[in-house]
Amino acid sequence: MALQSLDIARSSATTTPPPSVRQTTEVAKLIDVSTCIGCKACQAACMEWNDIREEIGTCSGVYDNPTNLTENSWTVMRFAEVEEAGKLEWLIRKDGCMHCADPGCLKACPAPGAILQYANGIVDFQEEYCIGCGYCVTGCPFNIPRISQKDGKAYKCTLCSDRVAVGQAPACIKSCPTGALQFGSKEQMRDYAEHRVVDLKERGFKEAGIYDPQGVGGTHVMYVLHHADRPQLYNGLPADPGISPLVHLWKGFAKPLATVAMAAVALGSLYHYVTKGPNEVSKELEDELEKEDAL
Amino acid sequence: MEVTRRQFFKICASGLGGSSIAMMGFSPTPALAEVRSFKLARATETRNMCPYCSVSCGVLIYSSGDKSKNAKADIIHIEGDPDNPVNRGSLCPKGAGLLDMVKSPNRVKFPEVREPGSNEWKRISWDDAISRIAKHMKADRDANFMLQNKDGVTVNRWPTTGFLASSAACNEAGYLTVKTLRALGVTALDTQARI
Repeated sequence: MALQSLDIARSSATTTPPPSVRQTTEVAKLIDVSTCIGCKACQAACMEWNDIREEIGTCSGVYDNPTNLTENSWTVMRFAEVEEAGKLEWLIRKDGCMHCADPGCLKACPAPGAILQYANGIVDFQEEYCIGCGYCVTGCPFNIPRISQKDGKAYKCTLCSDRVAVGQAPACIKSCPTGALQFGSKEQMRDYAEHRVVDLKERGFKEAGIYDPQGVGGTHVMYVLHHADRPQLYNGLPADPGISPLVHLWKGFAKPLATVAMAAVALGSLYHYVTKGPNEVSKELEDELEKEDAL
Repeated sequence: MEVTRRQFFKICASGLGGSSIAMMGFSPTPALAEVRSFKLARATETRNMCPYCSVSCGVLIYSSGDKSKNAKADIIHIEGDPDNPVNRGSLCPKGAGLLDMVKSPNRVKFPEVREPGSNEWKRISWDDAISRIAKHMKADRDANFMLQNKDGVTVNRWPTTGFLASSAACNEAGYLTVKTLRALGVTALDTQARI
């Protein structure tokens, strides 16, 4: 059922090109930080829809609850208090998977089919094929995936691929009471975001803008920020995220070399077997060793 | 486990051979991946209202099964009702977590009474609960009903009992509530929607 509505654009550790004739609309989630009140309805809706429940924690003195993403909390609200031009600003950012167009997790993943990118832009983990190596965590420029203590597999936001597949909006988007979360085609979301930016600029936020970082090819989760020039104000949102060069080195350069090395070892062994044969012990040596043992 | 030199070489060779074969594409391919199937596809959808606050957001309650005789329905998911003009599909964090209130072990599922002087809650039937409330109301009304005020003007008041009406009720239900209670003479009538 899924494959008709969600064509796979890319699959981890797989070089075979996927079918690509159908043209799917690219979807996007827009998080308008300026209208978010930090109510966490999205967090509750996410857990409810995805059948995950966070353990009851303790108050850390701030509103962040839970304090970080976990395998059970695929989205969390991050609250930052910053002083701008002598005024306190309470910046609230919904954190979660950005669904990069060029996903670092997928590039780093060694398990075939464990991470998929659908043609509509959603990056989804397939836990059945996950081997729990944690490379996706290293590959992610936004520090999103979490490895479960329970089953050792990686979990993160799916952008409710099961809902999107049947034409519904993700659970978080639907619940949002202020309309800070919007969902639609990437084009629509960009249009709406631009309209929001104009509004924010009129209200005095000169540096308002859209966060759709090109370092990862753009994302399918975009932010409208009042301080788009300094995204790090929003609890360390990276200003220019990119996939770690180590991932490129390991997966791009070192992988074929390792294959060649393995093939060379196999060939070398065969050559050694043919030319030298098995290592045989002569009768004399065997007798001599037996005599030594007898002593 | 003791491994001789010869066995060690055999293990190495078979390991290398196996992984080389897998690398050359002879490994079993994983079955085609699929998104998690949509869990509400044939669930029963029921309209209702969030019971928490006076905003009274519309909710859609999804229960398993198609109401067939032998299938026992169970609530599996609750989300906002897009057709309700109050919330148009959105919900607050409490509303978004309604499923856990429905499933909460602390939820009161039947009428209970704590008798005067007792410190224990006792389960009673709905019939008992309603007749008990009616009896209390009747006794209170008989004892405190005011036909006239101190100036001799007819007022027909029942000033000792109050009523808190639902905020989730529609106009028609609200009309009936006021009509019934005013007929009884209740003056302290309010609704949660105003609180």
